Amino acid sequence: MIRVSGKCVGKGIAIGRLYLYEKENAVLNKRLVEDEKSELDRFEEARKEAARELSELYEKARKEIGGEEALIFEIHSMMLQDESFLDSIRDAIFQGHVNAEYAVHQAGESFAEAFASMEDEYMKARSADVLDIASRLVRILTGFGGGSLDSAEPVILLAEDLSPSETVQMDKNKLLAIVTRKGSANSHTAILARSMNIPALVQTEVELKPEYHGKRAVVDAGEGTLLIEPAEELLEAAVKKKMEADRYRSGLEELKGKENITSDGRSVDIFANIGSASDARLALREDAGGIGLFRSEFLYLGRGEPPSEEEQYEIYKEVFSCMAGKKVVIRTLDIGADKQVDYLGLKTEENPAMGFRAIRLCLSDPELLRTQLRAIYRAAVYGNAAVMFPMIISEVEIRQVKKLAGEVRESLLREGRAVGEVEIGIMIETPAAALISDILAGEVDFFSIGTNDLTQYTLAIDRQNEALEPFYDPHHEAVLRLIRMTVENAHRAGIWAGICGELAADTSLTEAFLDMEVDELSVSVSSVLEVRRAVRAIGQKGEAG
Amino acid sequence: MKRFSYTITDELGIHARPAGLLAKRASEFKSTVSLEANGKQGNAKQILSVMLLAVKQGQTVEFSVEGEDEEQAAAGLLSFMEENL
Repeated sequence: MIRVSGKCVGKGIAIGRLYLYEKENAVLNKRLVEDEKSELDRFEEARKEAARELSELYEKARKEIGGEEALIFEIHSMMLQDESFLDSIRDAIFQGHVNAEYAVHQAGESFAEAFASMEDEYMKARSADVLDIASRLVRILTGFGGGSLDSAEPVILLAEDLSPSETVQMDKNKLLAIVTRKGSANSHTAILARSMNIPALVQTEVELKPEYHGKRAVVDAGEGTLLIEPAEELLEAAVKKKMEADRYRSGLEELKGKENITSDGRSVDIFANIGSASDARLALREDAGGIGLFRSEFLYLGRGEPPSEEEQYEIYKEVFSCMAGKKVVIRTLDIGADKQVDYLGLKTEENPAMGFRAIRLCLSDPELLRTQLRAIYRAAVYGNAAVMFPMIISEVEIRQVKKLAGEVRESLLREGRAVGEVEIGIMIETPAAALISDILAGEVDFFSIGTNDLTQYTLAIDRQNEALEPFYDPHHEAVLRLIRMTVENAHRAGIWAGICGELAADTSLTEAFLDMEVDELSVSVSSVLEVRRAVRAIGQKGEAG
Repeated sequence: MKRFSYTITDELGIHARPAGLLAKRASEFKSTVSLEANGKQGNAKQILSVMLLAVKQGQTVEFSVEGEDEEQAAAGLLSFMEENL
């Protein structure tokens, strides 16, 4: 038995036969050609075919994985139009009198080398893109290789690394797991594995020996291990573990397409919390009824300036279109001194949780909010849009943000731009907001209760302080009363109320929330089906959630 | 010939995507657009050429635009840089 470890990038266990994936290298003979013109024609034909393949791959990746990941193929298409790359191929054919495939191979190698020798890690990694293009052209010219999985049964793929094209072209029904020697948590392999929900290991310390091909193996992504020809007892243990995981998962899978309804006929919406456009796809796959919290602050982090209106517009549009008419609630910028965002010039604070943050920051710098609202109103044309403002504690603040939203809408209309309908709501995340929720309810279309902050402010317990853990009770009656009060006040005013904090996914409270007549629970993508299961179990005697 | 320089503010520098967009934008003009940065020269109309300059945040790129539409090209490219990089 061989046991090796790797870095886990996708969850789960897979048991099956190894498939040693090797790039089929076309026999690359250097030939001298006499008819350069027809050799050049062969190349130009191959280039057209490559461009066609790339645009297909772009569409495929965009649908299956997401726009950001699909971009790589757009970049490949652009590289394929690069005159310096093309010229070096044409020169080799015309002046070196070599065959097209050899000319392409040489050009690919020399550009790849130029990238590989750069200092910047990002640029170094681009040599793989150049090689990917060159090998695509060579494959078309020679008819060799193509990264197909030649196996009747699904397999555990073992490879040095996978190029973006190979990853997307792979027949997903034939993959049990992916194990690569190279790659990183952000590589295409990793992203694919996550989007397919299959176990994967990268940076695995395994030799790619030909005799491994066809051998029985176990990939336990949770443990980060690959066992080749596992000992009997380990195989049994893995089979058992996999069965349990499968049973749990398939139980959840069966809930897809089912309603969030209790046996006594009460129902609730289960939405997902997301932080990026690609999360929206995962939310749909888990059958979320909508997006209850799109944390827009992620668009603002890790950069030198706030995202432009256009940039935000594109992202919101992608999320709205992806959710195809299902409600999407975007929370406006919720950031404070606890986050490193240099361009906002925030001063260090003694107590950032109670500081200059969220709506307080946005009302002091209305341009920031104006840009975001413009993007939201414009993108709203593509879906069922709602916006909510964080950390609201007074009616005055609501009037201010509504005034701003109204102005934004008006000015967009004056500019002749298309503007969509946007529901306006607020987060209830301070005891103050919950206590006057009867007053606030008259001003908005909905409430979303942020239980993480509501709990910390109600109990005066800092969530980051481990020493306070013994005192922290997430089910504290005070918090539950505030939630109940908020929901009741919402309904009295005829608006809906949801919960979007961690508590929403706490299945020991699901029944209590239904009793309170909460309209919507917004939970992490991976909890959507678990909460559905909890809802459906309510009222069923003798069957625990 | 029109010349201008631009200092990159984008945190990632001119990485693949903006390099591609720049090449696309530059190709819309008839003028030749050459770039100089890090002591290297490149052609703004070619993605690989732009990428190989490896321009990072805080570094300055010198643009030289020459041709019949150089006025428009220089203005168009400057605003492209300001919006994207």
